Amino acid sequence: MADVVADPEKPTPTPSRRRVNAPLRPPWAEQGLLEVFRHRYILTLLVRREIAARYQGSVLGLVWSYVNPLTQFFIYYFVMGILFGRAQRTEAFAIHVFAALVIVHFFIETMNAGTRSIVRNKSLVQKMAVPREMFPVASMLVSLFHVGPQLVILLIATYISGWHPDPEGMVIGVLGLVIAMTLGTAMALFFSAANVFLRDVSNAVNVLSNFVRFGVPMMYPYVLVKLRFHGHTNLYLLNPITEAVLDFQRAFWVGATSHPARTAAVDMPPNLFLLSLRALLISFGVLVLAQMTFSRLERRIPERLL
Amino acid sequence: MSRADKSIVVRHVSKTFTLRYHRTLKQMSVAMMRQQELSDSFLAVNDVSFTVDQGESIGLMGLNGSGKSTLLKMVNGIMRPDSGKILTRGRIAGLIATGAGFHPQLTGRDNVYLNAAILGMSEAETRRKFDDIVEFADIGRFLDSPVGHYSSGMFARLGFAVAIHVDADVFLADEVLAVGDRPFKRKCMAKMEEIRQGGTTLFYVSHATASVRRMCDRVLVLEKGRLAFDGDVDAGIRYLHYEDDDTEELSEDAADEEMGADI
Repeated sequence: MADVVADPEKPTPTPSRRRVNAPLRPPWAEQGLLEVFRHRYILTLLVRREIAARYQGSVLGLVWSYVNPLTQFFIYYFVMGILFGRAQRTEAFAIHVFAALVIVHFFIETMNAGTRSIVRNKSLVQKMAVPREMFPVASMLVSLFHVGPQLVILLIATYISGWHPDPEGMVIGVLGLVIAMTLGTAMALFFSAANVFLRDVSNAVNVLSNFVRFGVPMMYPYVLVKLRFHGHTNLYLLNPITEAVLDFQRAFWVGATSHPARTAAVDMPPNLFLLSLRALLISFGVLVLAQMTFSRLERRIPERLL
Repeated sequence: MSRADKSIVVRHVSKTFTLRYHRTLKQMSVAMMRQQELSDSFLAVNDVSFTVDQGESIGLMGLNGSGKSTLLKMVNGIMRPDSGKILTRGRIAGLIATGAGFHPQLTGRDNVYLNAAILGMSEAETRRKFDDIVEFADIGRFLDSPVGHYSSGMFARLGFAVAIHVDADVFLADEVLAVGDRPFKRKCMAKMEEIRQGGTTLFYVSHATASVRRMCDRVLVLEKGRLAFDGDVDAGIRYLHYEDDDTEELSEDAADEEMGADI
C-alpha cells in the first residue's frame, strides 16, 4: 500500500509531455434542440432511467401505465356518457373519449413532467456540460413511451367495435401525434426554463392542464362546438391540440362508427388535413419561440438552481 | 511557450451572482415599503487571467468563498462567464461530478453506465472499463442492488471510481478526498498520481498543503474572486500563510490526516 503513495518530501519526476491534438475551444456544450440528438446515447440512458425508475418498487409495475388512463376513461365515460347522456347521442362514444384521451394525456404528461424536468435533475444540470434541452426532451420521450400501452387498448377497443381502418385516417392519426409531440416539446422547453426562475410556473401549468382537458373535443363531440359556437369555430380550431385530438378521432373513432363517411362529414371539420398542417406549422412556430426563450434563460440556469 | 502547448486559457474572466433577498410577492412588497434593496449582486470571480500548459498540474487554493469552485465550474463548462474568455483543449473530466445523477432506485451497475455517459464516455468505452471501475469502487455484491441502499462511503466510492476512469486531457479535482476511508484515499491519491504521470493536465482544488505539494507544479491563489498569486508551490502556500500549521517533516500518516480535513 505504502509504496504506491509517493513520499511528499521527494520531488516527483517531471511527467512525460503528452500532446493533445484537439483544438482550443470553449468548454461548454453547444446548446439547442439539434444538439440534443447528437448526444443520443445520454438521451437514451436518461429516458431509460426515467422509465425504469417510475415504477420501481411497485408490484404492478408497467400495469399502472394501463390503469391510470383506463380509470380516467371510466370516469369520463360514466360522467359524460351516462350521467349526461352523451353516449346515446354520439355513436361509439367510448372510443371517441379514449382516442382523445390518449393525445390529451400524452400532452399533459409531457407538459407537467417537462416543466419539472430541469429542477428535478438539478444535480445533473449543475454538473454536466450537455445541452440542457436534453431534460425536457427526455420527458417528452418518456411520456411517448407510455402512449404505447394506451394505443394497444385503443386498438383492441376499436377492433371489437368493428373498426374499418383507412389509409387516409392513419396518415392523419400520425400527423396528430406529431402535432402533440411538437407542441408538447415546445411547452416543456419553455416551462422547464421558466420554472427554474419562478417556481410558481409548475402551479400555473397545472391550471393550464385543466383548460387543455376541457378545451378539446374529448368529453363532447366537435359537432356540439359547431352548433353552439357557430361562426367562432375558427378560434376553437386555432389551438393545435384540438386538431391533434380530432386527428386521432378521425383515425380511430370515425372508422368504428356504422357510417364512417357520414360521421366524417358531420362530426369532423371540413378539410381536417389542411387544418392539421396549419396546426403543425403553429406548433413548430411555438417551438422556435420556446427555443429562443430557452436559449436566453439557459445561461443563468445553473446558478439559479439552488 | 507557444499557444499550441496551452491546455487551458483563461482571459479576463468575471462572474457575478445575483443574491435574492425576497422571494415571495408579499416579502417583496414589504421590502419595497421599507425601501430595502430588492436584490444584490456578488462578484464571485473578478477579472481572472491565467494559462495552463499541457501536462502541467495546478493547485488552486484560497479561503472558503474565494471563488475556486465557481472558477472550476466555468473551466468545466457548466457555467459561463459573464465576460472574458475560456478555452480548453481536449476532453475535460474530473472529480466534480462524482455521484451526480446517481438514481437511488437503480442498481449500481445501471448507475455506472449513466454516470459514465454524463462524464462523456461512450457505451463501448464504459463496457471496456466496467470491471476496472467496479474493482476500484470495491463494492462487491452490492453492485446489483439499488444505490439507495448503499452506505454513504460506498456511494461516494462508486462515483469516484467512475470519474477517475475517464480518459481526460484535462482533469479537474475539487476537494476530492473528503470522502472514503484511509485505504481508499490512498488508492485515489495513487490513481491521481498515475493520471498526472500520464501527462494529463491536472487542476486540483484543495486546502491540504501536503497533497498540493505532492501533486502540483504551480499554485494559483484566489482572494475574494481575484487572482492574488500565481507561481511556485511553496511560495503560494507561504502566501496563504498555511505553512504555520504545516510542519516541515510531515509523516505520511499526518499527510493523510490532513487530507481528511480536505473540506
